[in-house]
Amino acid sequence: VENTAVPAGAAAYLDAATAAPLHPVAREALLAALADGWADPSRLYAAGRRAQQLRDAAHAAIAEALGVRPDEVSLWPSGTAAAQAAVLGGLAGRSRQGDTLVHSAIEHSAVLHAAGRGKAVEVGVDRLGRLDLAAWDRAVAAGEVALAALISASHEAGTVQPVAAAADYCAEAGVPLFVDAAQSIGRLPVPPGWSLLSASAHKWGGPPGVGVLVVRKGVRWLSPYPQDDLYRPGPPGALELPAVVAAAASLRAVLAEAQAEALRQSALVARIRDRVAATVPDVEVVGDPVDRLPHLVTFSCLYVDGEALLHALDRRGFAVSSGSSCTASTLRPSHVLEAMGVLSHGNVRVSLHRGTTEDDVDRFLAVLPEIVAGIRAEAGM
Amino acid sequence: VTGEESGTGREEGAVIVLDCLGQRCPLPVIKLAQHIRDVGIGEVVRVLADDPAAANDIPAWCRMKGQEFVSGGANHFDVRRLS
Repeated sequence: VENTAVPAGAAAYLDAATAAPLHPVAREALLAALADGWADPSRLYAAGRRAQQLRDAAHAAIAEALGVRPDEVSLWPSGTAAAQAAVLGGLAGRSRQGDTLVHSAIEHSAVLHAAGRGKAVEVGVDRLGRLDLAAWDRAVAAGEVALAALISASHEAGTVQPVAAAADYCAEAGVPLFVDAAQSIGRLPVPPGWSLLSASAHKWGGPPGVGVLVVRKGVRWLSPYPQDDLYRPGPPGALELPAVVAAAASLRAVLAEAQAEALRQSALVARIRDRVAATVPDVEVVGDPVDRLPHLVTFSCLYVDGEALLHALDRRGFAVSSGSSCTASTLRPSHVLEAMGVLSHGNVRVSLHRGTTEDDVDRFLAVLPEIVAGIRAEAGM
Repeated sequence: VTGEESGTGREEGAVIVLDCLGQRCPLPVIKLAQHIRDVGIGEVVRVLADDPAAANDIPAWCRMKGQEFVSGGANHFDVRRLS
């Protein structure tokens, strides 16, 4: 075991799917809004009005960026809070029509935790992590379904989901569709047809602590929380307004460069997929190789302890995440990898951001084979 | 027992049993890989494992290494050597 390994160069942060580094526009906006955005925007004095202007401008900017109306947007203290508000509020709003949530097997755990509150039907995916549309059709048409939930693209495998087709089946069945778009917003367009959508600012380069919920007009939503207006989506309590301002400013900036960045990062991901498969024996690179997120790739190495791999990469300066059970607080393997039926141990998820360079990726690809070989040798393989 | 589960109607008695109870993944898979050649081609190795990843990772190993996952139950997994 090496304890004093020298990093292979400058540290490379390759876990943008957990939290992207703060975009420079977000940093600027955050600092500016700290001066002006501290007051309660619901108060009627001058400082409150300034805060209200900032809040309204941020709402309008986010709505414009997402192509929806400002009054369809509400902001929450995290992507998790927004996703759970979508599920719980969407279910409550349709309690007369049904009590069942239909969801894919690869939803984020935030959605699964909310699903665990009531009746839920899970729809599986194939080996590449793509939704079983025939099973989805049967599930949403079965009756008593209040809401359906589908992640826009897998946050672990990267596979883009057939949102448009799933939305069509929901429309036929009269069931509103909630799309958790946390990994897509700022990177890939989300097809229309959904009724509720959530996102998370720190996945696109905004600050942590800002979640976005969009509830389209005409979709009935009922707050799961005690608050004044139960029919109007919004969090109980005050928002961190400077973070909201920074989230809005950075979303505009990120969308302006999204196409170019998606092309650049997708080429780097393709290189990782090819090189890992070619240089690491007994490895399974998972997810759809083509119809995938531009910035994210996951692979699993046979006979390798995921935690040991993460620590070895960290000692060489690389920050990545893992879906292996030994790295999870629950000590269970990733439910996404399980649903796909792919190897869960020795798992690494690499996710890129606008600051990731070709050199970062090449250095990672250079050290990975020897690190994997070293861990295998220690395990007697 | 395993013959009934696999639906082949053949007697599937495991030739060796690898006791990996209490071991965390990937140790049960490592042990399986180290001992698969202790049985002849067509014969079965039984792995006893209670790590929650074993039910997923033992079939995945079989797929990656061209061996046959015969059956799995509560904490036991039968694998037939094909190569």
